[in-house]
Amino acid sequence: MGVAKYTKNEKDAIKEVIYQSGIKIKSSYGPEDLKDVGFDYQKDLADPGEYPFTRSLHPEGYRSRAWTTRQYTGFGTPGETNERFKYMISHGQTGLNVAFDLPTQMGYDSDHPMSLGEVGRVGMAVDSLRDFEIAFKEIPLDRIGSGLTINAVATIMLAMYQAVAEKFGYSKDKISATPQNDILKEMIGRGAWIYPVDDAVRLVGDTIEYSVKKLPRCNPVSICGYHIRESGATPAQEIAYAFEIARAYIENVTSRGLEPDDFVGRFSFNLNVYGNLWEQIAKFRAARKLWAKMLKEEYGVKEKKKLFLRGLFGGGGSGLTKEQPENNIIRGAYYALGAALSGAQTTALCSFDEAYTIPTPRAALLSLRTLEILMEEVGLRDTVDPLAGSYFIETLTKQMEEKIKSEMYQVREVGGMTNAVSTGYIQRKLSVQAYEFEKGIQDGEYTKVGQNKYIDDENDHTDVDLHEYNEEWTEKQVARLKDVRKSRDHKAVAKSLKNLENCVRSRENVMPILVKCCKGYATVGEMAGIFREVFGEWKEPGIL
Amino acid sequence: MTEKKIRILVAKPGLDGHDRGAKIVSLALRDAGMEVIYTGLHQTIEQIVQTALQESVDVIGLSIMSGAHIPICGKLLETLKLQGIDDVHVTVGGVIPQKDIEGLKEMGIKGVFPGGTSFNEIVDGIRSLVRI
Repeated sequence: MGVAKYTKNEKDAIKEVIYQSGIKIKSSYGPEDLKDVGFDYQKDLADPGEYPFTRSLHPEGYRSRAWTTRQYTGFGTPGETNERFKYMISHGQTGLNVAFDLPTQMGYDSDHPMSLGEVGRVGMAVDSLRDFEIAFKEIPLDRIGSGLTINAVATIMLAMYQAVAEKFGYSKDKISATPQNDILKEMIGRGAWIYPVDDAVRLVGDTIEYSVKKLPRCNPVSICGYHIRESGATPAQEIAYAFEIARAYIENVTSRGLEPDDFVGRFSFNLNVYGNLWEQIAKFRAARKLWAKMLKEEYGVKEKKKLFLRGLFGGGGSGLTKEQPENNIIRGAYYALGAALSGAQTTALCSFDEAYTIPTPRAALLSLRTLEILMEEVGLRDTVDPLAGSYFIETLTKQMEEKIKSEMYQVREVGGMTNAVSTGYIQRKLSVQAYEFEKGIQDGEYTKVGQNKYIDDENDHTDVDLHEYNEEWTEKQVARLKDVRKSRDHKAVAKSLKNLENCVRSRENVMPILVKCCKGYATVGEMAGIFREVFGEWKEPGIL
Repeated sequence: MTEKKIRILVAKPGLDGHDRGAKIVSLALRDAGMEVIYTGLHQTIEQIVQTALQESVDVIGLSIMSGAHIPICGKLLETLKLQGIDDVHVTVGGVIPQKDIEGLKEMGIKGVFPGGTSFNEIVDGIRSLVRI
């Protein structure tokens, strides 16, 4: 049944329940359980809005403000992106999300052999500042914030964003960008990495340091437990690994002489909502508390707001099934309920058709409506942290906290997150877990309604439907790239790239010179190529 | 049984980094008693063929999630042919619509395993190829 392990007797009565994170669940809870886990209201919860923020970041919770919704959308060319941006702004959106195609994510120009067939496929192709000029034309960059879903070349894209803003007359202290910029999770889960671990973490450090000093409104990193979970992590590992990744970035930046107080307030998180309802709720409550405690106790962060675990609790992609896809609408509603019951600040839901196609506008709208019904119709804004004080939820939250701490400890035992990723420790562990879980679904050990139970053989033949790929995108993009290469000041480009190389070798912060390279129309492939030359590429550790 | 173990190269061609499927299928094939070599991410077709030769594998199993399975499979088969390799079977798994399966088989792909295929079906499919 579900994502937990259930043992039943011959009469179908449940004998034992064990959650993914390894917590055994009792048939009922009472005051003695709270005593057993050492529950203390002031220490473990405190009032909403008070340290350690287990209950809520804000004293009034959703009463003062409902959650922010941020549905993710992807689109092809810079021109289409621009149209889409304008449409969304005219409908009251104050934030944009930019998806990039794979060649851009991997630091290749659109005419590189590795880019063949991929230009503009999963997002916008960006070769040079020319593409950003088209995409952000007539967008008020002092009012609109942009999320940039980019990691390995986040330095380049953040520099490009500053370059385009300055070119359009906005000063850099007015612009607001949030590059995803979490390279360690790419190495664990999503696979869009280029450079070796230490060099890649240095680049993350460069963007953080530069943002602190020069881009006061930019949030330089968004740490993604989300993808780690999709790769096979348990809920406890999702949080533990995200926090240990954060620690790796914090330590890189503090080694440059900055204080955690200077920058940790700009970290945000992207966390997953799929799974057992109670386990998710306990996970988010425990996570808020542990993050605040880690920053305060280990890093001496004082200011209250800088202790907040900010970010998006949403998605839930792994929970969806291709079979009987309408069931995903119901699943999404319960995932969102869990996010709301745990006080998510920002949320978004995968669309019900995402398991087999690029979401249709109708499905995306349904996700939005699901979130609105929760907030505006059924009462999730009524009171803060409605489950507080439940014998079960408070016991489980304490137990989750211990599980997360123990997973964090294990990562530190193997030398911290950079080492755990370099050696493949995390990747091997998650691959085996993903395999065991998949076997469990195939064997019926875990129930997936419509997929391995209550199957409808007659009517269910949902096929995957692929997004049509337009060859014209490549031609147009490559033509523009060639035109840029012809028309720019060659000597200036060569000189700025040489300066970039020197800067990379001397371990100076690469951001200022990258901005210059971008302004001179150096291409993404050229800039990323300098990093490739100096750093080399990462050799992925084996998982077998 | 002293029967020779099946050697299979699980390969991720191209830029797409979604490797959960490739990794769990690798583990399933290994548990089924095969010698599995996993290429890791971001491989070119040339690199895949090179590794297949070096490791003298019986089967190459491609994992493709990006939608580019038809051109990638075509190019791999062509490269094998150009190198005069005719004793390596090629299979493909990943995000593959039903309507493409026939075409892939006509092209010379011996096994097509779209997302959702059980480990047993994949293992049996590969065994049946090598033990003809």
